[in-house]
Amino acid sequence: MQELINRAKELLANGTVARVLGWKKGDLSYNCEPAFFETAEDMENFVYDGFCGANLSKYMIEASKLEGKTLVCLKPCDSYSFVQLMKEHRVDREKAYIIGVACRGKLDIEKIKAQGIKGIESVEGAAWEDANDVLTVKTFYGDKTCNWSDAMLERCHVCKGKEHVIFDEQIGESRETKDADRFDRVAEIEAMSPEEKFAFFRSELSKCIRCNACRNVCPACSCRKCVFDSTKFDSAQKANTDSFEEKMFHIIRAFHVAGRCTDCGECSRVCPQGIPLHLFNRKFIKDINEFYGEYQAGADIDEKAPLTNFTFDDVEPGIVAERG
Amino acid sequence: MSIENKEFRPKIVAFCCNWCSYAGADLAGSSRLAYPADVKIIRVPCSCRVNPMFILRAFQKGADGVIICGCHPGDCHYSTGNYYARRRMTLLFSMLDYIGIENGRTRVEWVSAAEGVKFSTTMNEFVEKIHSLGENVRLEDLRCKN
Repeated sequence: MQELINRAKELLANGTVARVLGWKKGDLSYNCEPAFFETAEDMENFVYDGFCGANLSKYMIEASKLEGKTLVCLKPCDSYSFVQLMKEHRVDREKAYIIGVACRGKLDIEKIKAQGIKGIESVEGAAWEDANDVLTVKTFYGDKTCNWSDAMLERCHVCKGKEHVIFDEQIGESRETKDADRFDRVAEIEAMSPEEKFAFFRSELSKCIRCNACRNVCPACSCRKCVFDSTKFDSAQKANTDSFEEKMFHIIRAFHVAGRCTDCGECSRVCPQGIPLHLFNRKFIKDINEFYGEYQAGADIDEKAPLTNFTFDDVEPGIVAERG
Repeated sequence: MSIENKEFRPKIVAFCCNWCSYAGADLAGSSRLAYPADVKIIRVPCSCRVNPMFILRAFQKGADGVIICGCHPGDCHYSTGNYYARRRMTLLFSMLDYIGIENGRTRVEWVSAAEGVKFSTTMNEFVEKIHSLGENVRLEDLRCKN
C-alpha cells in the first residue's frame, strides 16, 4: 500500500509524528506483526496486506506515554477499540494521528491449512495491490489455490461495517465482507440441551493451555494489575481437563470485558489452540442487546456502558430460568 | 467402624447484604423460624460487593448452590448498589446457563430486614431445589474433592 507508506514518510519528515505504528513481516511471510517505525529507512519494512489482522489500538496505551505524536493505522474494526479506550481514558487522543486504513477482510493462515493445504511457504495475492479473490498458496508440494473468502477470519464474515468511527484521514477503498450474522452460532448453542452445551464447552475449553494470549491481546483487557496474575487465582497451573479452572478463567475473562468488548475478534485470532473465544464475548453482547437494548461498545464515546448503568425496571436475574 | 451417611446434604452459600438480608436472617432467627442448616451465610456490605468470581469460587470449592440476597431494588443502603448487582447477576447466570450449568443452582432474592418469613421460606425452597438437582458435579474442581 504505497500511498499509506508515502503519507507516513511525509508525516515523519515534516515532524507531525514522531513514530509510526503499523505492521511488519514476521518470521514467516504470512505472520505479520505490529511494529513501531521511527525513520523513513525503517518504513521499508512496513507492510499492509491480508495478514495484517492485529488490532493496533492497544499499543496506543503505551504510545500515549511517549514523547510526540504516534501515527497509528487503524482498520475499521480497530477504530471501535480505540474509541472504547479513549472512553476509559487509557489512550490520549492528542498523542495519536489516526490513519483509517481500508480493509478487504483479513486472512487466517489456519483457515488455509484447514483446507488441507500443507507445507505452506508463502501466500501470493494477499498484498493490498493484488487483493485477488483467489489466492495462490506456494507450498513444498507445488502451487495451490484458495478463495480469499474461504481463508478469511471468522470475524470478517460478520464484519461490523467498513466505516471508521474515528480517524484523521482515510486511505484506500474497502470491500464489504459480511456474509453471516454474528449471533447465529450463539443462538445454535443456546438451543442445545444443558448436557450438549456442557460437553461442547468442555471439549473446547479443555484445549486451553492457559497461555493468556487472549487476555494479552484484548484491547479491553488492559488493567495494569490483573486478577489472573494473582497467586491466589492459580490459573498458572494446568491440571485435570475436567477441572473447572479453564471455565472459570474464560467466564471471568469474558465477564471483565462485558459491555466493553467491541467484538474485534482478536482473542479468537491469537488463540494457539483455536478455541472460539468470541462465543463467550458474543453471548454477553447478545444478552446485553436483548435485556438492556442494542449497544455497540466503542461506537459512541458519550454513551454509558451497560454494566455501569441501570434502569429501575431492569429484568430480574430469574429471567434466565424462566426463559428455559 | 465408620459411620456411613449416604444422605445427600447440599452445601449452600448465601451471600447476604449487611443492611437488609442479613438482618432478615437475624429476624428469622429471633422469630424462631426454621431454615436448613445447609445454608452457610456470608455477610457482604452490599449485594453489589458480590464479584462473579465469588460465585464461581464457591462452586469450585464444592458448593452445590449459591444464593445472593440483597435489599429490594430502590431500598439499597448505598442507593443504587443492588441495581448494578442485578445487571451483573443476570448476565452471569445467563452465561452459566449457556455453558450448560443447571440454572436452578444460582439465584438472586431480595429480602428486607423485616422479611424474616420470606428469608426462611426462600431458604427452604432453595434447599429443596438443590436437593432435587443433586450434587454439583459440573462446576467443581476435582482437586478440591475431599
